[in-house]
Amino acid sequence: MIKSKTKILQLTVTLTACAFLFVPIILSVLAGVTANYFQGISSGFTLKWVFRVWELYADSIFLSMRLAFSCLIMTLIIGLPAAYGLARNPGWLSRLLEEFISLPLAVPGLALALALLQLYGSMKGFRTSWTFILVGHVLYTMPFMVRSILAVLASIDLKTLEEGAATLGASPWQRFRDIVVPNAMPGILAGALTVVTLSIGEFNLTWMLHTPYLKTLPVGLADSYASMRLEVASAYTLVFFVLIVPLLMAMQWASARAQRISQ
Amino acid sequence: MTFRLTNTAKTYPDGTRALLSTKLTVKNGEIVSLLGPSGCGKTTLLRIIAGLETPDLGSDIWFDEDNVTSLPVERRNVGMVFQSYALFPNMSVRANIGYGLKMQKLSKPEIETRVSEVLEMCQLQKFSARAVNALSGGQRQRVALARAIAPRPRLLLLDEPLSALDASLRESLRDELAVLLREFNITAIFVTHDQDEAMAIADRVAVMSNGRIVQSGTPEELYRHPNSAFVAGFVGNAMRLDGKCTGSVLTLEGGGLRLPGEGSGNNVFVRAEDVRIDDNGSLCGQVETITFLGTHYRIGIKGITPNLLTSIFAGQSAPKVGQSVKVAIKPEALILLPAGEI
Repeated sequence: MIKSKTKILQLTVTLTACAFLFVPIILSVLAGVTANYFQGISSGFTLKWVFRVWELYADSIFLSMRLAFSCLIMTLIIGLPAAYGLARNPGWLSRLLEEFISLPLAVPGLALALALLQLYGSMKGFRTSWTFILVGHVLYTMPFMVRSILAVLASIDLKTLEEGAATLGASPWQRFRDIVVPNAMPGILAGALTVVTLSIGEFNLTWMLHTPYLKTLPVGLADSYASMRLEVASAYTLVFFVLIVPLLMAMQWASARAQRISQ
Repeated sequence: MTFRLTNTAKTYPDGTRALLSTKLTVKNGEIVSLLGPSGCGKTTLLRIIAGLETPDLGSDIWFDEDNVTSLPVERRNVGMVFQSYALFPNMSVRANIGYGLKMQKLSKPEIETRVSEVLEMCQLQKFSARAVNALSGGQRQRVALARAIAPRPRLLLLDEPLSALDASLRESLRDELAVLLREFNITAIFVTHDQDEAMAIADRVAVMSNGRIVQSGTPEELYRHPNSAFVAGFVGNAMRLDGKCTGSVLTLEGGGLRLPGEGSGNNVFVRAEDVRIDDNGSLCGQVETITFLGTHYRIGIKGITPNLLTSIFAGQSAPKVGQSVKVAIKPEALILLPAGEI
């Protein structure tokens, strides 16, 4: 009897928590497909608002995708060798560098954006290009990539593995390609997952850096909340979910798989 | 391949001299062991030979007629078995063994045949598709060996290849390794701190201490004719007989002992198996400890030397603790080494 009572309590708490998280989402999504939100569901369902969002904000969606993938490539190109260098040369200097890379985590995005504007604001071509936002995103997401790769590399005896490959005739580049990268894969995938998700969802830094012609997904969302009908804004949320949830799931699956392989 | 190394030393940036100027030659097909306590420089020497450490200026390393001193490790064509095996966790057993062949740019079918050959030699066929993490310690050791020899290296280097295994497995793998190495007919150098291992596997043993090779020779030579107290103690645990030499007689606390030659100026050593409990013995002592070891007893006797004198006793019934015993040591079993050396 007591046992079943605790069970009921557990279930109630869990369901309440779920409701707390899901009800706003469901309401928002419902609002996005309701013909007229102020009349309620009785006004009927429609996809009109979703198409409207696509019409108005397709550019934002593509810009965000482009930003996220460019950001991923940049963080990989810079972050993988950086993490490798830090892992191979442990010491106080490496620890200092690691902290330094992690600084953007502690500094508010607004301050980071302000610093970028102060430095590059006068370079007109760069200021109005999407690569300006990319710089901000790379700065902001780099620590996640470096740290997640570093954590994996620190858990294996990289030096001895590389020495083993070297005695078998592998050049430094071959060692990096055949030993370092495959063994760092779980970290690379976890880092990639974080970088892409953060880049797509990043608002406060992007909001400072964007121009009226360069609105990312979250900036467009803020714009639609401010200036459009509530139904359009809600439909926008729906589009956002449709885009980001499969991406999240795919990357979760990939990193879980990589972890299984590495064990 | 004949391996030659002269004037090779290693000083670390902080001034630590890990290896003093060393000379070592290994004949074609010979298996040499570097034996010594930890910190004696044996692993440093092995790593210098592999090319994983840079020796001091003036060092010279020759593989046959090639000077490889400044050649990077990947171009030396050595095979190495690491203490931790360093198997690649991202590859299967087969891929691990084939990696060196892949680096030599052999064709796929050729790699397949060579890998299969080596798998068979090392009796690893059953495990070829496994991940290395799914292997036991002994299997990993064999994969590491197979991987090192698959590219047919000029020289095989082994760094404490058995120390990561538990004691019972170590003994059986030790003999297996000795047989395999001779089957491969390869020039090999291996590092160990275990004298049994060195004697069982090597044709020649180089004993190292404090960064230099103190003596090198066949296991029998080292055992019977050590050139220093260190070698006598490290190889076969010789005990020093602390007494007074007058002519060819050594006077100990427990009695006198005839020496094989002139004793003054020499220290006298003896091994436990040469200390016999014998009623006609010239030495008198008292049994202090008895350890039963299955095939024999180890008996500690006091009253003959300042420390306990250990005797190996192979009989059925050992004397009791506290019992007085007579001890005999044959003159030819005594080892005389000049006093004043380390």
